[in-house]
Amino acid sequence: MSVTHRIVVLGGGTGGTLAANRLRRAFADAVITVVDEDDRHVYQPGLLFVPFGLTHPEDIVRPRGRQLHAGIDFRVTGIERVDVAEDRVHLGDGTVLDYDVLVVATGARLAPEETEGLLGPGWMTDVFTFYDLVGAAALEARLARFDAGRLVVNVVDMPIKCPVAPLEFCFLADWYFHERGVRDKVEITYVTPLDGAFTKPTASAALGGMLADRGIELVTEFNTGEVDGAGGRLVGYDEREVPFDLAVVIPVHSGAAYVGASDGLGDALDFVPADPHTLQSGAKENVFVLGDASSLPVSKAGSVTHFQGEILVENVARFLQGEPLDASYDGHANCFIETGFHKAMLIDFNYEQEPVGGHFPSPVGAPLLKESRLNHLGKLMFQWFYWHALLPGRDIPGITPDMPVAGKHVATAPKD
Amino acid sequence: MSTATIAGVEVSVNDEGFLEDANQWSRDIATEIARNEGITELTPQHWQVIEFMRAEYFEKGTGPTVRALGKTSGVSVKELYQLFPKGPAKLAAKIAGIPKPRGCI
Repeated sequence: MSVTHRIVVLGGGTGGTLAANRLRRAFADAVITVVDEDDRHVYQPGLLFVPFGLTHPEDIVRPRGRQLHAGIDFRVTGIERVDVAEDRVHLGDGTVLDYDVLVVATGARLAPEETEGLLGPGWMTDVFTFYDLVGAAALEARLARFDAGRLVVNVVDMPIKCPVAPLEFCFLADWYFHERGVRDKVEITYVTPLDGAFTKPTASAALGGMLADRGIELVTEFNTGEVDGAGGRLVGYDEREVPFDLAVVIPVHSGAAYVGASDGLGDALDFVPADPHTLQSGAKENVFVLGDASSLPVSKAGSVTHFQGEILVENVARFLQGEPLDASYDGHANCFIETGFHKAMLIDFNYEQEPVGGHFPSPVGAPLLKESRLNHLGKLMFQWFYWHALLPGRDIPGITPDMPVAGKHVATAPKD
Repeated sequence: MSTATIAGVEVSVNDEGFLEDANQWSRDIATEIARNEGITELTPQHWQVIEFMRAEYFEKGTGPTVRALGKTSGVSVKELYQLFPKGPAKLAAKIAGIPKPRGCI
């Protein structure tokens, strides 16, 4: 006797799309429903390039529905709440979806309203973010007429999506002003709550050195209490101030609002706790979490979501068959870091292994933690892979969910 | 890892002075760590945050971030910085005898 499984996927972004497509292949008879509040799928790695005119908003947006395989039901509506105990989702249009398995993949949202003054005077005239399409496009126009002054790039608090993107923004700004012949009239300052340029020690030292080489000032352990757009200054909780003429701010992130309205699903920031290896939520055994929506200690990044996707689909299959969840995610993340002047770096790491030098995915491959033209080409090519391989749920040859160790300069033998 | 004598008790600490075992903690130890960090007196509001952090740690296995503290502890982020200058999550965790918050990635 076959049973028709009902699988509901909340979110039609990177995670929701690739999970739904993989689940469609794994379960030919399942009823799979994907819900999102709009039908605009943004290629988020492209946002970084918009302010510098290197790509355009229309080039990085496609309809969400069109990325989903045939036979997947796509609903465009908000989500009110999940009734975890009753295995039921209440949608904004009044409909109710019952499920056997729920996949939470609604990502992270920007919460600029949590920072005093950020949405006040100066917002979208001298204070911008490039973390959404509207902000990135508006910033392009502002940068084009910025010829001199103090540019400040500020991360308000972690976690944020793509934690290397603000650094990449600094590197690209250095290049951009250089190309425009005004670099000597622009001061660039990177202001971070971390105690270095990045979270992981080896990469932090390398990236910190790259900021210094480019004459980009680094202000660390700065906890932004207020963005004073009218006065042109960031004010820290410790009363330090950083003046600016143009501020590019990465607002704090939260999980989706419905998570907060769903009893027992999320944490204080509306992210959803999950087992770091199986990706099963802490809320209930039939709820799984993918990508930026989780509170796991991994980067909020497309590569993480991609690697998790394979594991998640396998564990959903095991759960539906009543088997133990033995597919295990190791925390693998892989990020290109655009460094300007047609070069990029690559970092590859997991829960245990911090990013180090070497080559990826094997001793013969792209250089790690080192600028190269090859990595820049890799970053550009990735957009094609994203739409044509990653979202459809195809495996990318040579790239596996488990972090490769061969090729990495690791000091001690890794644990088996 | 090494040992240190805090408030007359021998405890295991890491190289930044965080207790290795939250169960070795006591209010006297908290008071002495706070004093070494420049907080001469722990007020009832300090204790509210410290107790909250310990409860969170024992429930969830990790201490809360400043932002989560601001949303859930009953003390605003601004006040947290007044109570524990130089980074409330880190300093309050140290005084509360729990590991340094994992921070983020």
